[in-house]
Amino acid sequence: MIAGISLYEILTITSILFFVGVYGFITRKNLISVLISIELILNASVVNFVAINKYLYPNALQGVVFSIFIIAVAAAETVLAVSIIINLYRQISSVEVKDTEIMKY
Amino acid sequence: MNLSFTILIPLIPLSVFLILGILSQEIKPAVSGYIGVFGLFVSTILSYFTAYQYFFVFGKLEGVYQTFTQKTVWMNFTDTLHIDMGVLIDPISVMMLIVVSTISLMVHIYSRGYMKGDDGYTRFFSYLSLFTFSMYGLVLATNLFQIYIFWELVGVSSFLLIGHYYTKPSAVAAAKKAFIVTRFADLGFLIGILIIGFYTSTYDFETLNNPEGSAILNWASGSFMGLSILTWALILIFIGGAGKSAMFPLHIWLSDAMEGPTPVSALIHAATMVVAGVYLVARLFPMYYFVEDGFALNVVAFVGAFSSLFAAVIAVTQTDIKRVLAFSTMSQLGYMMLALGVSGYDGHEGVGYMASMFHLFTHAMFKALLFLGAGSVIHAVHSNFLKDMGGLRKYMPITNITFLIAALAIAGVPPFAGFWSKDEILVAAFEHNKLIYFIGIFVAGLTAFYMFRIYFGIFWGKETKYKHAPHESPVSMTFPLMVLAFLSIVVGFIPFSEFITADKAGFEAHLNYPLAAAAVGVGLIGVGLAYLFYKKENDLAERFSEAFGSFYVWTFHKFYFDEIYLFITKKILFQRVSWPIAKFDKKYVDGTMEGIGNKTVFISHKIKGLQSGKFQDYAFALVSGVVVLALVFIYFLNY
Repeated sequence: MIAGISLYEILTITSILFFVGVYGFITRKNLISVLISIELILNASVVNFVAINKYLYPNALQGVVFSIFIIAVAAAETVLAVSIIINLYRQISSVEVKDTEIMKY
Repeated sequence: MNLSFTILIPLIPLSVFLILGILSQEIKPAVSGYIGVFGLFVSTILSYFTAYQYFFVFGKLEGVYQTFTQKTVWMNFTDTLHIDMGVLIDPISVMMLIVVSTISLMVHIYSRGYMKGDDGYTRFFSYLSLFTFSMYGLVLATNLFQIYIFWELVGVSSFLLIGHYYTKPSAVAAAKKAFIVTRFADLGFLIGILIIGFYTSTYDFETLNNPEGSAILNWASGSFMGLSILTWALILIFIGGAGKSAMFPLHIWLSDAMEGPTPVSALIHAATMVVAGVYLVARLFPMYYFVEDGFALNVVAFVGAFSSLFAAVIAVTQTDIKRVLAFSTMSQLGYMMLALGVSGYDGHEGVGYMASMFHLFTHAMFKALLFLGAGSVIHAVHSNFLKDMGGLRKYMPITNITFLIAALAIAGVPPFAGFWSKDEILVAAFEHNKLIYFIGIFVAGLTAFYMFRIYFGIFWGKETKYKHAPHESPVSMTFPLMVLAFLSIVVGFIPFSEFITADKAGFEAHLNYPLAAAAVGVGLIGVGLAYLFYKKENDLAERFSEAFGSFYVWTFHKFYFDEIYLFITKKILFQRVSWPIAKFDKKYVDGTMEGIGNKTVFISHKIKGLQSGKFQDYAFALVSGVVVLALVFIYFLNY
């Protein structure tokens, strides 16, 4: 328990974080920025897990463990994404989203 | 007696066909000729062995020839109605085996000389084998459907062989014509088969032909337009037979079929395939005779008699020797049909049936001989037309003698084969129907006349100057001529009535001297007239044809039947019926289908921009979808 801060305030913050991430994912022009936006979305959910675990089930640990899993998966995913972006850069010399539409119709 | 070996008789030509057909590029022409002749030789030996065994060793039981069948069920419809495949051995099928084997073997040997140097030599021999296989199958068929299958197969091989010179447009047209006309007739055959299957629940010849069987006894069970259903079925089947046997009015294909090589004309269009129609009626003879007191049989008799007269009249005026022979074939086939039509069933009553089969047998020999002789002449002078021939007796002695023997045989001069069989036919007609008898005897005179017209025209008559002196054909061609000439002399002495009769019991046939004398007299008058007209060059024939005036012109153009058929098909059927239907099909049936396809393509073009390739667009669509769904669930569905 953190004094003076209720669950609703934390959930509000994470919601803002989540939608900022979504907004960034949709609008950013650079693939790296898109990747960072994905990280924001993931972090929002991690904070949610921890907070809900802490406030609603203080004696359980599943939420905390899950957040560690998510961080690990996010790290792996970032590695994968960055390697894809590097390969893409070697092919088309660009990391702009608008240059990646060669697979359309 | 185990008859399983008879299945080999058709199977050997089939395997020869497959070998020659598949390996046609690898086999040298000379070798393929030997393979074809050898395969058929084995089949011929087996056929003769079967015939000997059947007629003299085991076929008879208490004086009646038995029917032997071996078959397996091929397609099963109901308990009683099924299609079998197998072989049926009875007097007429064995007799047909002999005819097909003998003629086919002679034609194979002859073709080795006649077709020498031809590009399609191997192809020709493979098709000959295919034809022989199909004909054997037709002859040995145990039921209506099997006979129908092989019936179509002989049609196909006839089509292939008529169109052997496929670079020649007239040959292609003739092949198509033969195929289409006979297919049209076979439609009747098929409907007849289906009706019989529906009303009698069997296709099997033995069951159908049993005079005490339910099929024949219950003929009156259904009627349509005043006739029994079975009579209609038999008439429809006869239409199929008439198409194959070139009976009026389905005769138009036979004279055009002469575009094929001459050995083909001898084998298919004189001796074997065209008698399939006669064979079919003979095969179902008890049905024809007993159903509705032989109404369908009377139809057969009159169609046969009319065709025989009609063709004989046309044959007198034709100038292409092969076409004269073609019309002569048609006329003789009419003879066989009318003999069947006037036949009875028991004992001596069945003389017409016996005479028909006898005439089929003898006719096969001498007509094949005539065609092969004509082929020998054509081979020597490179023309089909009488005007290019004359005085050939000095150059081609063997062909001359053999052709003369065949002509005497067909003219009915004793003791040659045609005399005996024709005499029996006339006896049968005389006892049954005087009108048919007089038609028959008139046709006999005409036959003698036109046959000696071409004989004198080819071998005597004017002395034609040839660019290259014609010479006698090689031994491979004259050998079959001599064999067939020998057969044309002796086969008449076979006591046919002891072997092949309607009730299979055998009877004593006697020569009816007054009738025989009349027939011979008419024949000799015909020969004499031809002698006067054509032996020496003179203008008697021209004066006569002018005296007949427009009748001669009509006859020369075969009574304009080709033109009538062309008018009906091209002007009426194609323009008034087929053309509008084709238009409707193109515009509406095809149009609907194509319209659906085109619309799909059009819509796809419009909406393909949705797949932009930008993943952020997809993500936006996903998120907005989630938002919209969330709003719907929260505010409208009150979750």
